[in-house]
Amino acid sequence: MRTSDSLRKTYGETLVELGKDNKNIVLMEADLGNSTMSSLFAAAYPERYFQMGIAEQNMASTAAGLSLTGKIPFINSFAVFASGRAYDQIRSSITIANLNVKICGSSAGLSDYGDGKTHQSIDDIALMQVLPHMTVLSPCDAVETEQMVKAMVASKGPVYIRINRNDLPIVTNPNAEYHIGKMTQIVEGKDVVVFATGIMVQQSMAAAELLKKEGISVRVVNVSTIKPLDKDVLLGYCDGVKAVVTAEEHSIIGGLGSTVASALSKSRLPLEILGVGDCYGTSAENYDILLKHYGLEPKDVAQKVRDVLAVK
Amino acid sequence: MEYSQEIVKELKRKAIQVRANILEMIPPGKVGHLGGSSSIADVMAALYFHTMKVSRTNPKDPGRDRLIMSKGHAVLVQYACLAELGYFDRSELGKVKTFNGMLQGHPDMDRTPGIEAVTGSLGQGLSVSLGMALGLRLDKSENRVYAILGDGELAEGQIWEAVMAASVYKASNLCAIIDWNGVQATSTTAEIFPIANLVEKWKSFGWNVIEIDGHDMVQILKALDAAKAYTDGPTAILAHTIKGKCFPFAEGKAKYHNAAMNDEEYKIAWQCIETMKREVEA
Ligand SMILES: Cc1ncc(C[n+]2csc(CCOP(=O)(O)OP(=O)(O)O)c2C)c(N)n1
Repeated sequence: MRTSDSLRKTYGETLVELGKDNKNIVLMEADLGNSTMSSLFAAAYPERYFQMGIAEQNMASTAAGLSLTGKIPFINSFAVFASGRAYDQIRSSITIANLNVKICGSSAGLSDYGDGKTHQSIDDIALMQVLPHMTVLSPCDAVETEQMVKAMVASKGPVYIRINRNDLPIVTNPNAEYHIGKMTQIVEGKDVVVFATGIMVQQSMAAAELLKKEGISVRVVNVSTIKPLDKDVLLGYCDGVKAVVTAEEHSIIGGLGSTVASALSKSRLPLEILGVGDCYGTSAENYDILLKHYGLEPKDVAQKVRDVLAVK
Repeated sequence: MEYSQEIVKELKRKAIQVRANILEMIPPGKVGHLGGSSSIADVMAALYFHTMKVSRTNPKDPGRDRLIMSKGHAVLVQYACLAELGYFDRSELGKVKTFNGMLQGHPDMDRTPGIEAVTGSLGQGLSVSLGMALGLRLDKSENRVYAILGDGELAEGQIWEAVMAASVYKASNLCAIIDWNGVQATSTTAEIFPIANLVEKWKSFGWNVIEIDGHDMVQILKALDAAKAYTDGPTAILAHTIKGKCFPFAEGKAKYHNAAMNDEEYKIAWQCIETMKREVEA
């Protein structure tokens, strides 16, 4: 059972564990293995680890070729490069043919706080979920990361997973059964439901705590599979509430909020989308400064809940 | 290696049949990539009907060699070969690029038996081929991977990423064949984006390089055998070719990169096929 708070270390360790019995797992990286933690696999199984140099496009298409010979390639880079730099390669070489390639976008969202806008990935969910056949995963803690990596190996077809660079507290239940596509209620509540993903799950839990004192009861649901989104379950969680909020560390355009909005288009529930505005990131000396600057703190989630309740 | 006259003659016949099949796919008024398909027809005939291990009955035979059409727009030449192998009914040739057809405008592995990957966005096929080569090697398979590239396509940066990676991994089961016809979609390569010292470039990246006349069957066969025999890294065969080869009205002309023939041209094209047949039999 995972007790570590590091998602990326968990990612690497889980692959090492799975690679012991599953000889088809191969890893590829583009000179960032120590950041993505794919380097753990390199140490364990050097013959199944391919250092592809700083050449993400070739890495993506080469992974397509490997998968065509029955391998399960995991390609690794920062989320911004893994998704954007090789977008057409992912589209043409991988997703059109529905190939069994797994893409790990590390340092997702604003989590690479120091490196600034070129390295911060607030558009990867949008890019990846628009591709037919692609599954998009966004774990909120290490427990879920481990479960997801196992499910990725067990699944067929392309999967994108976005992983936070920073340690995140464990908020999910390690004993709960996991499968791709499942969303889980983390906090029980009845007035408003907040659909959150990634780091915003813990922020929304804290927001629910704040609002409780004001007499507002908030249900928090962890949407760790962005695509495919289980619409029926989603609507079920909206049953009886007055309003809906979404929260993500991603652009308000094309991410979880957009997807939930389309799913709710026939309902009459007011909806507020919380995320990064239509802008790029910036450097900071720590992650918290960015979460504050971009309005991704618990108090911001709480304010969105008040706002959405004010809508008539 | 010496090749019997009979083998060479038979492959020349095949190359003519391949070109005939291409014509069948683009009757007058129907747009199709005549130029880049016919430039590589001789090489493709040598590959499919001599060099490559392929099963006539099972397109997915695990013991097969793989061919990736990186210059996916020229897939007509591949369809022409696959039809000869009997992977689908010849009647499909007439239905190329039609709604929901088996033979799509660009290679689609889910639709067409014998197509190994999705290509069409230029510059990716060599990488895909490399991945296959590495995967086959991990499985200790003896099978080889062939990638067909256009010379215009070489402007894509990803090609050179793959060139470097294949050399780093000494992928000797990988062979790239460059259809060096000097013409791209809108004009000549010399005019659009000339790349100097192509032979030296591939060599300097650590590849085994063989330069040939891509319409000379014996040279083609020798090069493919030499590539197989080379075990120290990947091989590039730089094949000098003529875009639209064997159809004089189209030879070397960018216009026939993707054009429709008129009735007159189509008639002439079939006459060319007949002339070639007579020449080979003579
Ligand atoms: C990434 C990409 N850009 C542009 C095109 C459009 N396109 C199709 S064929 C072609 C010219 C190809 O020239 P070359 O590689 O020399 O092939 P050949 O002359 O042998 O047909 C172009 C620009 C494409 N298919 N993919």
